[in-house]
Amino acid sequence: MEYSELIFKVIFVIAVFAVSLLIAMYSTYAERKIAAFMQDRVGPDRAGPFGILQPLADGVKMFMKEEIIPANADKALFILGPSLMMLTACMTGVVIPWGNSLIINGQEYILQITDVNIGILYIFAVISIGVYGIMIGGWASNNKYSLLGAIRASSQMISYELAMGMAIISLVMMTGTLSLREIVLQQPGAHWNVFYQPLGFLIFLVCAFAETNRTPFDLPECETELVGGYHTEYSSMKLGFYLFAEYINMFISSAVISALYFGGFNMPFIGGLGLSHNMLAILGVVFFFAKIFFFIFFFMWVRWTIPRFRYDQLMNLGWKVMIPLSIVNMLLTGLFLLWRNGLFHF
Amino acid sequence: MQSLTNRSKVVVNKKMSFMEKLYLPEIAKGMMITLKHLFKKKVTIKYPEQKRPVAPVWRGWHVLKRDELGRENCTACGLCAVACPAEAITMTAAERKPGEENLYREEKYAAVYEINMLRCIFCGLCEEACPKEAIFLTDRNVPVDLLRDDFIFGKDKLVEGIEPEKRIDISVRARAHRQIES
Repeated sequence: MEYSELIFKVIFVIAVFAVSLLIAMYSTYAERKIAAFMQDRVGPDRAGPFGILQPLADGVKMFMKEEIIPANADKALFILGPSLMMLTACMTGVVIPWGNSLIINGQEYILQITDVNIGILYIFAVISIGVYGIMIGGWASNNKYSLLGAIRASSQMISYELAMGMAIISLVMMTGTLSLREIVLQQPGAHWNVFYQPLGFLIFLVCAFAETNRTPFDLPECETELVGGYHTEYSSMKLGFYLFAEYINMFISSAVISALYFGGFNMPFIGGLGLSHNMLAILGVVFFFAKIFFFIFFFMWVRWTIPRFRYDQLMNLGWKVMIPLSIVNMLLTGLFLLWRNGLFHF
Repeated sequence: MQSLTNRSKVVVNKKMSFMEKLYLPEIAKGMMITLKHLFKKKVTIKYPEQKRPVAPVWRGWHVLKRDELGRENCTACGLCAVACPAEAITMTAAERKPGEENLYREEKYAAVYEINMLRCIFCGLCEEACPKEAIFLTDRNVPVDLLRDDFIFGKDKLVEGIEPEKRIDISVRARAHRQIES
């Protein structure tokens, strides 16, 4: 690797890390504002103009809180839980293609930390480790509510991962690659995968809600039954890590959805403008973030509209609806591919 | 039975139709409703800056009135304390010394007059009981505080100032009250 490329990568890694933290921070603000607006309130508006300093105030509050580790808790695991959650949340951003590439002094710099050829698989693997964060945290708390929340979370995530994986398989069957960058590059203009895989998109979207533990699938932390869910015993910044990781996960899920199904940094009607390559790449990044923000908004929009499922309904939906649907989607995709390749002779 | 409003709905435990079973159209409907609310006018009143208009007979923070010459009206007769259903009022009477005629209207006055604002139910019976037009409730709200002791308001917080600009106007409330009574 050349020297300049190394420097570029280091800067880029820091930038991605900072941006995901910043967006997660302001997602909490957006969440509260959107919730308020949907309930005809104004939301936080005291800290700074329109309350934009609210996340900072929340952060300070989190840090100042007393840190309590329950006497009967398994100390090492108790600390490992939120750390693991935060680690996995930050790791997923690595393979997201944030933009096309910049050409500086004749050298091409890809706007992606690393273009692993098993990008989606990597994301899945890392998200699956995130389940351990919840499970370990719930177990180590030595509290029945935490444990129940953790069990719910892990069983929910495992069952929805199946359907999600199969929705992705049909997508991969069409694109023929697991690399996120190549998948995005295969969707130029408005040839977005959502038009070719509407059912797959729907399944993926629903499962993404379940994976990120957002309403209507936020059973792991449902207050009415489980006090706080898996983080009942947590306080101070360890609790902050859990909550923060959820928002980073939401950001990454939005990014993955936009990259897989909505053309990532591609946008229609832009090729004809005759802009330079770098200009296009920057515009692409902006457009990609617009899509991500829309999906983050969508996550919140759904959250403040729909009540949560009952646990048996959740499992029914996962195993009896989502998985059969994804299998059907896989079959349909297979048939379509065979037909397109002319393997049917009627 | 005829309903009083048109809003009541008869509950029917019918089976869900296919469209309803799909959930998604219903969810979309719900999301349209929340989207509409996103752009609706907000009902929030930003309290310290904006205040909700109160009725002219609003019963808030009490005031012990002075007369036109700036003398305290209260003679510490104790009728307000007797009338008070919450037993929030206590007082200690004292005799007016020569030379204090400009401070107190009659020979007897309240040396200590305390209302426990946490006990007070703001019913206004003290005001009704007062024969000297000394105590009135005003449209001012009792401010928040941190200690229970700070809610026992003494004369420093109850008696109005002598200066004209420190007088507390109770004419609106008194007029509205008279209208209601007549």
